[in-house]
Amino acid sequence: MATQAEIDRASDTEVFRQEVRQFIAENFPDSLKGKGNALAAVEGPATESEAQKAWREAMGSRGWGTPTWPAEYGGGGLSRKQAAILNEELAKADAYNPIGGMGVMMFGPTLLEFGSEAQKKEHIPPICRGEIRWCQGYSEPNAGSDLANLQTMAEDKGDHYLVNGQKTWTSGGQWADKCFCLVRTDRSDKHKGISFLLIDMDAPGVEVRPIKMISGMSPFCETFFDDVKVPKENLVGEEGQGWTIGKRLLQHERTNLSGGGSMARMMGASLANIAKKYVETDNDGRIADPVLRDRIADFEIRWNAFLLTARRAADESKAQGGVSEISSVLKKVGTKLGQERAELTIEIMGLQGLGWEGEGFTDAELAGVRAWLFGKATTIYGGSTEIQNNIIAKRVLGMLDHQ
Amino acid sequence: MAVLNEEQEMLRDMAREWTTNESPVTEWRKVRATGEQQAWDTSVYGTMAKMGWTGVVIPEEHGGSDFGWLSAGLVVEELGKTLTASPLIASTIAASAIILGGSDEQKTEWLPKLASGEVVATLAVDEGARHDPSQVKTVVSNGKVSGTKKFVHEAHGAHLFVVAAKDGVYLVPAGDGMTLHDRKLADMRNHADVVFDNAGAEKLADGGEDLLDKVLDRARILTACEMLGMAQQVFDTTLDYLKQRRQFNQVLATFQALQHRMADLFADLALMRSAVEGGLQALDTGFRTSHAATMAKAEANRVLHLVSREGIQLHGGIGMTDEYDIGFYLKRARVLEASFGNTGYLKDHFATLSGY
Repeated sequence: MATQAEIDRASDTEVFRQEVRQFIAENFPDSLKGKGNALAAVEGPATESEAQKAWREAMGSRGWGTPTWPAEYGGGGLSRKQAAILNEELAKADAYNPIGGMGVMMFGPTLLEFGSEAQKKEHIPPICRGEIRWCQGYSEPNAGSDLANLQTMAEDKGDHYLVNGQKTWTSGGQWADKCFCLVRTDRSDKHKGISFLLIDMDAPGVEVRPIKMISGMSPFCETFFDDVKVPKENLVGEEGQGWTIGKRLLQHERTNLSGGGSMARMMGASLANIAKKYVETDNDGRIADPVLRDRIADFEIRWNAFLLTARRAADESKAQGGVSEISSVLKKVGTKLGQERAELTIEIMGLQGLGWEGEGFTDAELAGVRAWLFGKATTIYGGSTEIQNNIIAKRVLGMLDHQ
Repeated sequence: MAVLNEEQEMLRDMAREWTTNESPVTEWRKVRATGEQQAWDTSVYGTMAKMGWTGVVIPEEHGGSDFGWLSAGLVVEELGKTLTASPLIASTIAASAIILGGSDEQKTEWLPKLASGEVVATLAVDEGARHDPSQVKTVVSNGKVSGTKKFVHEAHGAHLFVVAAKDGVYLVPAGDGMTLHDRKLADMRNHADVVFDNAGAEKLADGGEDLLDKVLDRARILTACEMLGMAQQVFDTTLDYLKQRRQFNQVLATFQALQHRMADLFADLALMRSAVEGGLQALDTGFRTSHAATMAKAEANRVLHLVSREGIQLHGGIGMTDEYDIGFYLKRARVLEASFGNTGYLKDHFATLSGY
């Protein structure tokens, strides 16, 4: 027998669902069905149609692009349950969340935790409305996996910092409005000399140069700071707290990069269906090449086990009220499998799967080649596979450094 | 670990406490030393029955607790950790065949005795060294079964055989018309070739055309649970060893080459656990059970194979001594990998189920 409280909750849920449905019906145009235009970090400049703009503004005004963020800063203020309902209804309507990118995935959650009241009031609402694009100023030419070795210097000039140095692999730097940046405020201490600073990308002295990658795309940039003046109020937390804040942000990054759901969406058609299209099948509908068939099954079994693991990690984290220890394997496993799948796809298609440009290739074939090459980044960025292995060995398995 | 309810947590804790205190690997060494063909201790199985483990998947009306497959799997995983020898898996699989395909009379006759541990039963399918249910040649005519089953698990001491024949699945009580030939495998457990020559057989007629497939799904998942316990134990033992063994004035666990290998195994073990628990949950919900069972055993095969090899290598020479436990896991691993479908068989099966 349901208690009165349960009945109340259930009817609240139903009321909310109706509200969401009505909102989508009134605001989501049919012309955008099945399309997405989230402010994703690496997808290129945000050229918006009128319809896309209207949908972004509608979602942004409700705060529903960032549904669980506090309403006082422009978020939706929804419970997890309500956010899940919102997602369900968006999916049912073939609609999408138009508000995303690094501001939503990484910077926003970190600022909500460590930022001052004034910083939250200034920076969170435009993220919730999808108006401001953020980029990440972390890596430097000599600070990759050894990130704490970063040398970009922020010198205290009384009312401002004077920033000099170079960042690299700045995803979407050429399109970003602002950069959350790790800078050095003290040369005497490797970790405690790092601070977390917010820099306007159009400030004098900031120069951005896109890097052409093997995929032919330029999703990453070099960013140069030459005597850039940054107001003191752009320091997040205390001076010297940057490493702590920066690592917290990386946890958000890892969670997002490994998300089984988004990986699955990226992958499109099943390998078996691709194989059936490009390779012969026998009379029973089997892929005629038995070795290829075996390898596809081998991949699909491990991929499914990975999806189950992502779900188990989420269930365990929820039940334990903390991060499950198996979460630490998701980034490493998910990215490796993603690359394996891309390699297998090309192999299935033969040379037809290696088209670079021009006639004779479908859009999907051409896109697949670029995705295969871009995908090589996934085991390098966000903490390389080797760094993930260090984290698992030391933090989860308790295997220590040389004494 | 899947999120468990209170009843499942209690069952798991009870199994863990019992195996740790009453059935560590030293108990298996004692059983092995007797050299008996049965290779499990009758009184130990009686204890398991008293704790209710023999009736976990059997309905309450037939004397079981009907706790479900996830619960059964939790117990089997703990038994796998300490290599506890028993016919629990074999009897549970056999019971599931009767639950799925038995008439009311057959259920009433056998299930209470299986639940109480009074009857031990096992599944006899394969007629060659490699698992292939499509090659079954055993026939039944006028209620008499004839044929030869190879490498039947827990055949010595079994009171009842669940036998795959050309036209269906049969119950064959131990007795006349049946000869057992002992087959000692590297794991030193209980295996025999069973020759049926006009032995009395009764069909499990209510299970439909695909009864054998369904029973094999259960066999694969429960076997994978034992394998999960073994893989977890080999991993934990190896990690402990790396943390205490010193070379070059350093504990081995501080070497990055070894740390990364353990991180890889840890990730593989996570995938294996998800696949195996996914299999158990599929049995409890009835959703895409064959897919889930095939994945569970395929991942169990892949990962236990890897972990059991790496376990020996990371231990070095001491891992190859009979005095050290880890070799037992390697030998048992290969027997279980080959049972109810090796990896190649399972991948083919998965592709067929998936329509390619």
